[in-house]
Amino acid sequence: MVRYGEVRAVDGVSFRAERGAVTALLGPNGAGKTTTVETLEGYRRPTAGSVRVLGLDPVRDHAAVVERIGVMLQEGGVYPGIRPEEMLRLFASYYDDPADPDLLLERVGLTDRRRSVWRRLSGGEQQRLSLALALIGRPDVVFLDEPTSGIDPAGRQIVREVIRELRDDGVGVLLTTHDLDEAERLADHVVIIDHGRVLADGTPAELMASGQADQIRFGAPPGVAVASLSSRLGAPVVEGPPGEYVVAAEATPVTVAALTAWLAEHDLPLADLRAGRHSLEDVFLRLTAEADARRRDDTTQDLRPGRTRRSRRA
Amino acid sequence: MRALTTQARTELALNLRNGEQLLVAIAIPVLLLVFFSSVEVLPVPEGVNDAVDFLTPGILALAVMSSAMVSLGISTGFERQYGVLKRLGTTPLGRSRWVAAKIAMVLALLVIQGSVIVVVAAFLGWNPDPRAALAVVAVVLGALAFGGVGLVLAGTLRGTVNLAVTNGLYLLLLLAGGMVIPLEKLPGPMSTIGELLPSGALSAVLQTILREGAPSAGSAWVVLLVWAVAAPLAATRLFRWEP
Repeated sequence: MVRYGEVRAVDGVSFRAERGAVTALLGPNGAGKTTTVETLEGYRRPTAGSVRVLGLDPVRDHAAVVERIGVMLQEGGVYPGIRPEEMLRLFASYYDDPADPDLLLERVGLTDRRRSVWRRLSGGEQQRLSLALALIGRPDVVFLDEPTSGIDPAGRQIVREVIRELRDDGVGVLLTTHDLDEAERLADHVVIIDHGRVLADGTPAELMASGQADQIRFGAPPGVAVASLSSRLGAPVVEGPPGEYVVAAEATPVTVAALTAWLAEHDLPLADLRAGRHSLEDVFLRLTAEADARRRDDTTQDLRPGRTRRSRRA
Repeated sequence: MRALTTQARTELALNLRNGEQLLVAIAIPVLLLVFFSSVEVLPVPEGVNDAVDFLTPGILALAVMSSAMVSLGISTGFERQYGVLKRLGTTPLGRSRWVAAKIAMVLALLVIQGSVIVVVAAFLGWNPDPRAALAVVAVVLGALAFGGVGLVLAGTLRGTVNLAVTNGLYLLLLLAGGMVIPLEKLPGPMSTIGELLPSGALSAVLQTILREGAPSAGSAWVVLLVWAVAAPLAATRLFRWEP
């Protein structure tokens, strides 16, 4: 747990991140992702609980830990008047066996910008320099706080490739993101957090398979006669947002065939059809909505006369 | 060792690359020295024949203030605001080597400034009483005092606020510190305040060392020493590393 004064920024966040794997901390802004990562980096001391990085305490064993970790802060961290080449050589001098600055510049696609002053680099170029700086000490573990935010698609591709290479080299990668697509593509292990608590934890496949019972989702014009369809399929059908329907049934070929046949009979177009698996986005939206609902209930109960509680969010 | 030398060299290069810093560190002191030595509009203390004899010690004190307080303070303030100091916290550089590199950078700036000023002053006919070793002690104490003040501001104020406050303080300490205008020519209470400022103490001490016939500066040494201890101590207490 980490508190800032009265505010519990992170409370009961518990997970393991393995070497040779990409772990994504996924959550909306203000969820506690940065607080969690900065506690691992040794910037914050937990108010309660314990944190170990490579078996070491990031605050007490700071000198030993910083030799073996690489850090990419959410923003900044670079002298505004420095050149990428110069900055990498400077950081290389801190380590006994650093990576080759020229090779790293090439790897993040900054070779032809190596002599441009940092403040004249684009946001994406600055991000890629920060990534290179995280790797200059040949770390065993890297912490990347929003590594692809504010970056153009080509740059994002480079960052993702570098992250995959790190994993293949046996490095443990912990990154934060609020981009579900990124977590789904990149992570071996996803930890969903919101309001400083872990909502779910698993591989993307596990998370997407978990949760609700089987269902078929499809898109069609709004206002379809769901009662009629429901009796044909022998399963409840509900319209969520207008034009989006959920059938509470397993997606067997027979059921799907019956659904499409019914739509054909009524001359209705089928906009999209999904069965079985949820996307990570479905899981994420459901979990955060459920957590919000629970929190609202708690607050209502606490507002009974004679008891007051102030609740604030970090 | 390689980390320390690379850090110091890089910091010096970044400072020398910055036009405003060069203006404050070299151009302004040299300009003041040349202008007021050639155009006699400023009052000089009793018994001084040549304005340059009075001005050079004060301009040297000004140089110390511009390197140790202004250059160091403003660049460190922006480094804090841009998260550089935070980022350095998760490298093996460490605080002691960071501080050592900053001190080395300021000393290097002082050597550059001092050489330029002494050469220019010599051309203007400066004839010092050469007790250089004592002057070096005074300069180091002055650098500690001004460096401490600069880092207190850099470690507590936002980058642009720090920039404004440091530059304002520079002007104030310059005018009220006996660097170009003799303290005894200031109105009564201002001259007393001036004697208690680090700039007043350093220029009084340098006057005694470098100018024949200057009043002895026993109390100024004490004032300088107090600043040289108190300001860095305050900086270690108040300095915040994160933006």
